Amino acid sequence: MNTGNTVQDSVTALKKKRAWHWLEYVFWLAAAASVFLLPSQHALLTQIAIWSLFALSLDLLLGYAGIVSLGHAAYFGFGAYVAALFAINFTGEPITGLIVAGIAAGLLGLATSLLVLRGTDLTRLMVTLGIALVMYEIANQMSWLTGGADGLTGMPVNPVLGIFPIYFRPANSYAYVLIVCFVLFFVAKRIVHSPFGYSLRAIKGNPLRASSIGIPNNLRLIAVYTIAASYAGIAGALLAQTTPVVSLTYIDFQRSADVLLMLIIGGTGYLYGGVVGSALFLVAQKFIGNITPQYWEFWIGFALVVIALFARDRGVFSIFERILGALRNDKAKP
Amino acid sequence: MLRRSFLAALAATALAAGSVPAAAQETVKIGLIIPLTGPFTTTGKQLEAAARLYMQQNGTTVAGKKIELIVRDDAGRAENTARIAGELIQNDKVSFLAGFGLTPLAMATAPIATNSKIPMVVMMAGTSIITERSPYIVRTSFTLGQSAVIIADWAAQNKIKKVVTLVTDYAPGHDAEKSFVDQFKSKGGETVESLRVPIQNPDFAPFLQRVLDAKPDALYVFTPSGVGAILMKQFVERGLDKSGIRLIGPGDITDDDVLPGFGDAAIGVVTAHNYSTDHPSAKNKEYVAAFKKANPGMRPNFASVGGYDGIHLIYEALKKTGGKTDGDALLTAMKGHKWESPRGPISIDPETRDIVQTIYIRRVEKKNGELYNVEFASFPDVKDPVKAQKK
Repeated sequence: MNTGNTVQDSVTALKKKRAWHWLEYVFWLAAAASVFLLPSQHALLTQIAIWSLFALSLDLLLGYAGIVSLGHAAYFGFGAYVAALFAINFTGEPITGLIVAGIAAGLLGLATSLLVLRGTDLTRLMVTLGIALVMYEIANQMSWLTGGADGLTGMPVNPVLGIFPIYFRPANSYAYVLIVCFVLFFVAKRIVHSPFGYSLRAIKGNPLRASSIGIPNNLRLIAVYTIAASYAGIAGALLAQTTPVVSLTYIDFQRSADVLLMLIIGGTGYLYGGVVGSALFLVAQKFIGNITPQYWEFWIGFALVVIALFARDRGVFSIFERILGALRNDKAKP
Repeated sequence: MLRRSFLAALAATALAAGSVPAAAQETVKIGLIIPLTGPFTTTGKQLEAAARLYMQQNGTTVAGKKIELIVRDDAGRAENTARIAGELIQNDKVSFLAGFGLTPLAMATAPIATNSKIPMVVMMAGTSIITERSPYIVRTSFTLGQSAVIIADWAAQNKIKKVVTLVTDYAPGHDAEKSFVDQFKSKGGETVESLRVPIQNPDFAPFLQRVLDAKPDALYVFTPSGVGAILMKQFVERGLDKSGIRLIGPGDITDDDVLPGFGDAAIGVVTAHNYSTDHPSAKNKEYVAAFKKANPGMRPNFASVGGYDGIHLIYEALKKTGGKTDGDALLTAMKGHKWESPRGPISIDPETRDIVQTIYIRRVEKKNGELYNVEFASFPDVKDPVKAQKK
């Protein structure tokens, strides 16, 4: 076996990884079908899609670059406030709002990444938490602009691109959110399977070795932090556009903690962890909550403990994998 | 596989469709959306307990219709409140939305109420502007201004000339400060200093030192309920109680639900509010006894009467329309409605759909070993001062 062949093999292997898995086709087709088949659940599905996007942005940090964050809601909330204020003062066209929110949150991410990237995991936890608390307090203090604890209302939501009305149209607004999520998932998939994405995983695996093979660690981490912040901002903007109020809960600690929880339940490092986690979390919240409104959190906590004990790396997904693996082994046996 | 997921989706739709009961015409549903998890759980529990108590006492059949209460938790998050309100209307076909523990939660739901023409009974949230956000909103709780303005009137009448205000630094705190300062000034009083305490880290010690230095006649305080206990403890520790400075404020600081845990430090605090567990009417005595019996370990507070009266208003509106659930007819029935609540006589202002009620001045005293807000003066028929000013 010569060297040419080995390189060829690894390229083929990487291309194979980049290609879409059949489950992904099924997932997106099912998501598209749900627009028509599940009209009674559109509001819940819209929330799941938005949380998924938010969790995806955290997955880019945690799952691929190994940056832990307890303050990711800072960018989510910032994007939401920017989108709402932009809609109130300039135009209520949603796509423009998303772009503006994405850029604004990205810039905030770029600026704060310099603080976050100093130090190790524990320092990062503290710094990200601190940034989110500072953002929360700013939003609370500037109540002349943000409405403070009363929330920011009166945001106009015009038809998307002037033709597709989403205000008070649950089906349309779900379709809109789903399309935005699909585009951003597609982009994220390209990012993580690009050389850039692989360099992030190298940094996550061993920063010293990564830098010794010529990867500019800090620049790469700043870039991914900016992208993740921008994604979070767009998720926040989507929630602002589909809920008629932006309030301090968009930016509070609970939101940062919940998104981390969802991502861990779903599993990190394969992009869809946030989808699985947020779907399980919100469906559990809704259906267990309908039976026992006060105690649904108990079951979520219980699930988290079980997952942490038995399926650490990929959350519930690895439980499926184990079952699938077991089934395959059964088949392999004569 | 594709077909399988389609089938699963179909099955789910069928299930969702099947969950709408066949007897929809005979049942009138009330969707109660309250925070039952998260930091505002106590409010939600009080609202739910009171709503259930009313239905237990008055039966579940009104004007020939069966009343069903659907309770949902929004965890204090506006996007959840809006989503749940939409689902309750679309999937459960509720005829009333009720609850709303905090201002943003009510604000997020207002456009939904307008759009679907469904009456929305605000049982807790207290910012003045809420009722202006939809013609389908009525409020059975209170507005922040009602208590803040009345305590200013009372202070001005009772030889309090110089006041320092101390509020939690968030929007309701700012409102409570402004309402009080403006009213107190118009009555000839002077606010020497206005202090704001961060919401995240309520340590009052440095602020109380400044109060001590300013030597006012009284310290006006507004904090979310619960935080009041820390303040009162530090008030006594710093010796402010012996300096002759009185502690006054809207009734949120001496919330009946948490007051028993405050200790003797709270004795003598004078507040203005719409309800006290100790309100000496026969109706209230009966209410408190029934509430405590149904919910051992809980004491009904001002949130609970908002819930109790909210369900009462819904019942009465249905009686007036003969069981018809047309939103506009129900609103007409609710406007101007007057009744005797455990808190005293109340009514719904036909113009603003906001509550008109007596505001009581109370002093914290110990009765049978427990702390109570004991009423000693009252200001009848108080409307929301913010809206009154706008005219």
